[in-house]
Amino acid sequence: MSTSTRSAPPPGTQEPPPTKAPPRRGRRRTRTGWRRALRRDWQLYSLAVLPLLFFLVFRYLPMIGNVIAFRRFEPGGSIFGEQWVGLRYVEMFLSDPTFWQVFRNTLWLGGLTLVFCFPIPIVLALLLNEVRRRSLKRFVQSVSYLPHFLSIVIVAGITMQMLATDGPINHALGWFGHEPIRFIQEPEWFRTVYVGSEIWQTAGWGTILYLAALTTIDEDLYEAARIDGANRWQQIWHVTLPGIRPTMITLLILNVGTFLAVGFEKVLLLYNPLTYPTSDVISTYVYRTGVESNSFSYAAAIGLFEAIIGLVLIMSANQLSRRTVGTSLW
Amino acid sequence: MVKPSRSYRVFQGVNGVILTLVVVVTLYPFLNIIARSFSGERQIRAGEVTLWPQGFNLTTYKIVFQDSMFWRNYGNTVLYTVVATAVAMVLTTCYAYVLSKKHLRGRSTLVGIAVFTMFFTGGLIPNYVLITSLGIKNSVWAIALPNAISVFNLLVMKAFFESLPSELEEAAQIDGLSTYGILLKIVLPLSKAVVATMVLFYSVSFWNSWFSAFLYMDRTDLMPVTVYLRNLIQGATGGSNAGAGTEQLSQVGANIQAVTIVLTALPILCVYPFVQRYFVSGVMLGAVKG
Repeated sequence: MSTSTRSAPPPGTQEPPPTKAPPRRGRRRTRTGWRRALRRDWQLYSLAVLPLLFFLVFRYLPMIGNVIAFRRFEPGGSIFGEQWVGLRYVEMFLSDPTFWQVFRNTLWLGGLTLVFCFPIPIVLALLLNEVRRRSLKRFVQSVSYLPHFLSIVIVAGITMQMLATDGPINHALGWFGHEPIRFIQEPEWFRTVYVGSEIWQTAGWGTILYLAALTTIDEDLYEAARIDGANRWQQIWHVTLPGIRPTMITLLILNVGTFLAVGFEKVLLLYNPLTYPTSDVISTYVYRTGVESNSFSYAAAIGLFEAIIGLVLIMSANQLSRRTVGTSLW
Repeated sequence: MVKPSRSYRVFQGVNGVILTLVVVVTLYPFLNIIARSFSGERQIRAGEVTLWPQGFNLTTYKIVFQDSMFWRNYGNTVLYTVVATAVAMVLTTCYAYVLSKKHLRGRSTLVGIAVFTMFFTGGLIPNYVLITSLGIKNSVWAIALPNAISVFNLLVMKAFFESLPSELEEAAQIDGLSTYGILLKIVLPLSKAVVATMVLFYSVSFWNSWFSAFLYMDRTDLMPVTVYLRNLIQGATGGSNAGAGTEQLSQVGANIQAVTIVLTALPILCVYPFVQRYFVSGVMLGAVKG
């Protein structure tokens, strides 16, 4: 038994060595090093085989599958397409007015989400931090985390119910003598609706990491600030905020990195053809052209464009914060 | 202790008001939906329902309870959640354990393979093409396999395994236990807390997911209940229910969405008070190391 299983691990574990060629050492030394590592830890390596297969098939194969952006693809044929067509699909989407519209919509939604959904949890965490009664604090926390645990379908359903013409928001507008607004059908309301429901869903849960960072701030720093005559606001400005700055920067980088990937599922659930002028974003456009209209190559080209911009954004945000404030993800 | 200044007391008051508003704004939609689900059609249309049912009516609940597709989809949700969570737990535990072994040759490459996928993914279309050509559409594997490892959960588990004392494992090794034996008999029994947290993380996310099923299932009887709800919501936005025939139909039209939202959210709302703290501690653990 042991001989057969002993020969099993190498196939799954042979990928790592070429990517990690240690400098200076001779080839033979590396090889014997690996042989020894395999002999000693083959059971550990064998545990990694299935997970590596998962990453290979379901994460890295689709990355390579993006070559269909440059190849003609036929449904039922090879997942890597049939023949090279160069930049045809890229040129196609660059001259497609709908693409530029969904690109603008994506920037708008992403920008608004960043501007509102990034700072609100910070403010909320600071407010919670000032609460003296622990039971009250815990109650507010429990309630505000709740929307995070619900399916996005339920969140979208609740949003639509609240904004329906017979819903509470239109009812409240009625008190001021306002005509009911068809929030879900009117393009000029989509961004407000989207960002509003995003805040409702994420603001509470977003405070967790800040609240954790706040508890790590040394109480002596506040003491020292008080002795120096700092009032409450000055203490927040000079002690509290610098204390949570690393958390802020980390989350900001992550937010910038996912900027273009604006809540695809939520947009898909909340939009409809009437609101496309403001609600249609890159990812929903990719979904419709690819999956619904079967233009796989064309949709893949747009999707690849989005993924590359996302990668560039997160890398530059990371680089920028390392240079300027000395905090970075890697 | 210095006596708090006047402006600070004012601030405390304002703070209390703001946080009360946060609670009200978060809870009101839930209470309103629950009230709607039990209300009569006329009162709903007139916008009279706020926090308490008006014109108490159970017609829609009865109709939904009799809908066999609703129960079938609910059963699918349970099945998909159980299978997908089991697959995810096996793969995540194995890989996290391997990654937690600091002496392992090639470990940083193995970590890199996982972490890179957090920042760059293949995207919707290549994934769709892949699942289609693998022939796993319309099966539970289309939901379970592509989401088998969440890198965030992986890093949380790895951090936990790294924090375990290595002496126990070394002693077990000397006693002749294999790596598999050590993982099953020594490490996992010590890791009940993190395993429970991970099971919760995965099962809540599979329970709530809808898009994989929506994308990869072609028949209504294969859908989870989240897609059932989605179809209901989307159907109602297109056309209105105006002119529905019988009284019963118009009652159903008025609050079937509220009823389905309540029934879909119910299991999560029931376990929420008990599982919330595990989620919080899990996120902290991930953030410290991640």
